[in-house]
Amino acid sequence: MQYNYSAQCSKKNLAEIRKFISETLNNHFNSEIDIHHMVLAVDEVCANLMIHSHNCNPKESIDLSVDIKKHEVIIEIKDTGHGFNIKNYQEPTINEIIVEKKKGGLGLMLVKRVMDKVEFIKSSKSNICRLKKSF
Amino acid sequence: MITIETNTEEDFYIIKVSGEIDASSSIYLDNKIGEIIKSEKKILVDCNDLQYISSAGLGVFMSYIHEMEEEDIKMVLFGLGNNVKNVFHILGLDQLINMVETKEDAKSLVDAI
Repeated sequence: MQYNYSAQCSKKNLAEIRKFISETLNNHFNSEIDIHHMVLAVDEVCANLMIHSHNCNPKESIDLSVDIKKHEVIIEIKDTGHGFNIKNYQEPTINEIIVEKKKGGLGLMLVKRVMDKVEFIKSSKSNICRLKKSF
Repeated sequence: MITIETNTEEDFYIIKVSGEIDASSSIYLDNKIGEIIKSEKKILVDCNDLQYISSAGLGVFMSYIHEMEEEDIKMVLFGLGNNVKNVFHILGLDQLINMVETKEDAKSLVDAI
């Protein structure tokens, strides 16, 4: 089963995105913690894209798809922003975050811990972040 | 999104955070903590009605750890639901930020640390 959702790049829309993911997954899964982890991962990726790739411009949008299979969930978040190269991402240490008083940097750490696979795919037309969770 | 209410009990300053802390709403919590640490030394954060927290909220709490240590300000979170507690736990931040079950526990801990 595939479900789709599109949101404008305003941080105010994050709550609606979480609601879409939560309601979609609630119809298929019972594990509250698994659903929470997928909601969290999508929220983090969308917040990053809205802020860093789209400067929170509500004229731009991101598209989500949730593909629910028997033993896995694949969530794709597609946009046409600057793109993100995960190879260039260096995970900060917790100490760096405390000492440098960085308020960011924790989001992708969470996403990588709660999902089984995180991929960033860049093509000439769009960027896709693909999140997978297996059961 | 989020509601922030404050009150005092004895010499404790209590911030009650309700709703969802995400990249959109975390600024309100950030502003409130930034404001009160100028005058308060014993801060309790009531999370009983906090439904959700993302990394933006974690980042707010993390960003004050250093300053609070330097200024001898004590902060304890209490009443966290499972989902909220889990987000701190995933990154091991429950080892860096004080969190307990009840307000009374929080008061005792603030006085002990």
